[in-house]
Amino acid sequence: MVNPLRATLALAARDIRAELRSRTALTSALVFAALVLVVFNFARDPTRLGAADLAPSALWITFAFGAMTTLNRGFAIEKEHGALDLLRLAPMPREAIYGGKLLANLAFVFVVEAVALPLFVLFFNRPVWHILAPVLLVTALATIGFVAVGTLLSAMAVRTRFAELMLPLLLLPFMLPPVIGGVQVTARLFADRPLSEVSGWLRLLAVYDVVFVTVSVLIFPAVADE
Amino acid sequence: MIANRDRGLAIARRGQLIAALGLVLLAGVYVLAQRFTPTEVNQGLAQKIFYLHVPAAWTSLLVFSIVGITSALYLWLRDERLDLFAASSAEVGVVFSIIMLTTGPLWAKPIWGTWWQWDARLTLTLFLFFLFVGYLSLRAAVPDPGERARFSAVVAILGFLLVPFVHLSVYLFRTIHPMPVVLKPSAPSLPDSMLRTLLIAFAVDLVLYIGFVTARYGLGLVAHARAAELEARPDA
Repeated sequence: MVNPLRATLALAARDIRAELRSRTALTSALVFAALVLVVFNFARDPTRLGAADLAPSALWITFAFGAMTTLNRGFAIEKEHGALDLLRLAPMPREAIYGGKLLANLAFVFVVEAVALPLFVLFFNRPVWHILAPVLLVTALATIGFVAVGTLLSAMAVRTRFAELMLPLLLLPFMLPPVIGGVQVTARLFADRPLSEVSGWLRLLAVYDVVFVTVSVLIFPAVADE
Repeated sequence: MIANRDRGLAIARRGQLIAALGLVLLAGVYVLAQRFTPTEVNQGLAQKIFYLHVPAAWTSLLVFSIVGITSALYLWLRDERLDLFAASSAEVGVVFSIIMLTTGPLWAKPIWGTWWQWDARLTLTLFLFFLFVGYLSLRAAVPDPGERARFSAVVAILGFLLVPFVHLSVYLFRTIHPMPVVLKPSAPSLPDSMLRTLLIAFAVDLVLYIGFVTARYGLGLVAHARAAELEARPDA
């Protein structure tokens, strides 16, 4: 048996390397995120709703949809080349397969968010320098939660008919708590409210992450079994 | 192989009988609510829908928990009957959640002045419905029976864990739903006559749930037996 942590890191590194060579999924996700931001700017009545009022919602819907487009890819490539069967044969715990995919997916989603955030600042004219640390914190907390669930759900969705439709159908309900939390916290940060006002939300997001990362790791073998 | 065809049909028939009994009792609940239960002072006749809405909501929540628990048991014991039972329950759960989601707005329009509000419990029950539908859509989209059972069990368990988070986050968002009148730390604040009608209605809903699930489970057994028969055919 290989050390599970080393196997996890090796799998994540392999996924990231493979994506850096082709860059197809990541590039499309980045363009997609930019498009969502642009559409959001025009999906309002400019005489009644300023871009600033809509800013936190636009940011979080962009993060959520951007993440969703990158999630299907992880297990889809394994399926296409029959690689999942080989992974299952490898002398390592099943949990490492999930861990590797989770880390790689987190890396991709964080890249998408790292590009979307400056674009958001540009398009919506909302500087974030002065609140950068808490914005990054809430983004990390919310993202870990829905990527953990999304990685597990995508492992199942790619093996169904209509995989592209199944993932959003299953995942969107799980995005509700992280997205509400993200919007509430960022809106208060933009309004220069003190950090103590949003600590309840941050704690809720942290608990969400702990619960869903743990459960997903524990339950993944049931998905990968034959 | 978990059943033969005749046993499945017998179970389905028993379920249909229980469901028929439940429907007759449900008619009795209407009479009881209209004629033998006092009308609420402030809300008037609109409040009568309470005896349909609240038991349906309780039943949906109960069924949702049953699906979550039997799914967890399935992953542990890998008994096909648990999977079939969870799937049958989820189908019936959809029916009860639709009743809850349609009777709610009917009451809310005259009382709140609006069909829908993004209140904590309303949103929660809407999500129960979405999760039930997601669970059943996933089942329909996985061709292999073993995979279908495992995947849907995983989704049911995740959904079960999601519900408290949805409730808490929407609650923090804002709420206007009437506060609980029965299931709360202090004694029920509902008059005895109304409480009695409500509890009877809930019992009738449970009879309906048992009837529908038994019927659906029996038909599921028949489907299993039929699939096994087809597989065993030499020319297959």
